[in-house]
Amino acid sequence: MVIFAILAPLTVAGGLAAVMLRNTVHCALAVAVAFAGLALLFLQLNAQFAGFAQILVYVGAVAILVVFAILLTRSSETPATGVFSKTWLTGLVIAAAVFAVLAWAVLGSRTALPHEQIEPQIAVAQIGYALMGRYVLPLEIVAVLLTASMIGAVIVAMYEKGGAK
Amino acid sequence: MSPLSCYLLVAALLFAVGLAGALTRRNAILVLIGIELMLNAANLNLIAFWRYGPHPEALTGLMFAVFSIAVAAAEAAVGLGLVISIYRHLRTVDLDEISRMKG
Amino acid sequence: MTNMLDQVFVLLKHRIVGLVPMPVQPILGAVLSVVAILAVFPGLFAISVLLERKGLGRMQNRIGPNRVGPLGVLQPVADGIKALIKEDLVPYSADHVVHFLAPVVLVVVVFMGYAVLPMGRNMTFVPMDAGLLFYFAMGASAELSIFMAGWSSRNKYSLLGAMRAVAQMISYEVPLLLSSVVIVMMTGSLSLDKIVEVQNQYTWGLPHWFVFTPMGFAAFVMFAIAATAETNRSPFDLPEGESELVAGYFTEYSGFKFAEFFLGEYVAMLSISGLGATLFLGGWSAPLEILNVVPSWFWFFAKIMVWICFYIWMRGTFPRLRQDQLMNFAWKFVLPMTLLNLLVAGLWRFMGEGWLRWVVCSAILLAAYVLGGRIGMRSKKFGPRSYRYAE
Repeated sequence: MVIFAILAPLTVAGGLAAVMLRNTVHCALAVAVAFAGLALLFLQLNAQFAGFAQILVYVGAVAILVVFAILLTRSSETPATGVFSKTWLTGLVIAAAVFAVLAWAVLGSRTALPHEQIEPQIAVAQIGYALMGRYVLPLEIVAVLLTASMIGAVIVAMYEKGGAK
Repeated sequence: MSPLSCYLLVAALLFAVGLAGALTRRNAILVLIGIELMLNAANLNLIAFWRYGPHPEALTGLMFAVFSIAVAAAEAAVGLGLVISIYRHLRTVDLDEISRMKG
Repeated sequence: MTNMLDQVFVLLKHRIVGLVPMPVQPILGAVLSVVAILAVFPGLFAISVLLERKGLGRMQNRIGPNRVGPLGVLQPVADGIKALIKEDLVPYSADHVVHFLAPVVLVVVVFMGYAVLPMGRNMTFVPMDAGLLFYFAMGASAELSIFMAGWSSRNKYSLLGAMRAVAQMISYEVPLLLSSVVIVMMTGSLSLDKIVEVQNQYTWGLPHWFVFTPMGFAAFVMFAIAATAETNRSPFDLPEGESELVAGYFTEYSGFKFAEFFLGEYVAMLSISGLGATLFLGGWSAPLEILNVVPSWFWFFAKIMVWICFYIWMRGTFPRLRQDQLMNFAWKFVLPMTLLNLLVAGLWRFMGEGWLRWVVCSAILLAAYVLGGRIGMRSKKFGPRSYRYAE
């Protein structure tokens, strides 16, 4: 619980910084902190595999992709027109309302939840067997999806000869 | 407060933060970051329910989270590819300025 | 006696930990292991720097450092003192916080990788079930710190170097992971201890190292290439190409922070050599059964040092690649070959025991490599350079 008390504020602070900072690169670095904090929370929840996969995919790949996109689109300089959209108040109200509803639901259903549980000890081999057994169809679909999205991303972002304005 | 509701609250907060980011920022890349945060909050929910649920040995929540990580990676790649492509056409990623349907 | 010597560090740790009361014991054990790692690998770093400078000197027909101490062996000490007492300069327009954090993050992340490496029998700091995944997760986090260094310096050479480094590391991480997956397929485990145990068996006194199987050897070659690129070593050292980019992403660093980058680079090199030795060269297992009298940790460190010497040799031999050659090589040669290797590993698994699988798997891999190499050499993309204007 002590570790949770450290990790949860860190993660939320990373997320908050990511949406509030003015400098876009700082936002990307802050979101990397939030991702790492989430990975540690996964470890805290005994989900070792998911935690390491989270670091590998999010900190190692998604954050880097974001950073590349920021530099390729020259958005590392703070624009003079401001960083928040014209309708920022509406967005904020919607987000606050969503949080209020979610928190109300979570706090309201407290009695229905099981309290203490034996800690599940899951070996990676079990996850492997599950992936190759019961979840083999989703695995194949994800493989196709990843291949398709890779090709799609390359085609979308590829330099078009003469076509660009 | 039980540990599960702590995790769920953190996930809800993170989701709201991500939603706020996606709705209020002008930069398309930061909107994507907000969406990623929302997806991550959902993952945290899934794993917390797996950990404190009645049948952790069934691995359902964990598997869901692992697949969701993979799908989110695909989403980020395509999304950022689109952002770069938009930038090449319009020379901006400011969402308030990208209002034309005609390319 | 040999057993005592083999387990000397483990026993020493137990002895020291036994001196304190029960509740403190796990903490002290962890602290001792961390201190040992923090002491041994920087020491090896000093030795490999000296080896590199002397060895490169010999390859380039000069003597190398020879002023400090007998034959110049104290050169790393002098370098260290110099780095520590130099002024720590931060560019005026640099992003101070990120500029400060980058080397710290790099060093921390690089050292974390050692937690799962088995350095000898019973000598893994954290014997983790998903050790390999942990290692790669840590390796992937190092990329972000390199970007932080390059971007925060507000220097175009730094930024270019960082972007090159990140692009290169992300491209070569894919073959690095995929070539390790072959080993995971053959052992059926992500735990590095388990991988070493499987290799620590002998037939006729010869070890069962994975490098001695067809796809293990192919994976080993691909792993070595990818590891060289991953640690930004020559011939893949474009990110710090001195003739183009001053010093790459750490151009604007001086004093202790520069030393941190230097340390981070070499420690990453040592750790990836350790991973390569663990995956393909049997980790701490002895190369011949009769050599098992020599302590297991000696073999691990000997394999690391051999790998480092190989790195130095490559640096002294090969010219640097061009950026487009580097990328084409990663995506159009190394990646397809590792994918084919995965297929062959599956075939190996399902062909059962016997000599037939040796012949079939070797033939497929050999044919693919020869064909791929021939076609690759002929294409302009990564073939040998042609000098059109030089007579």
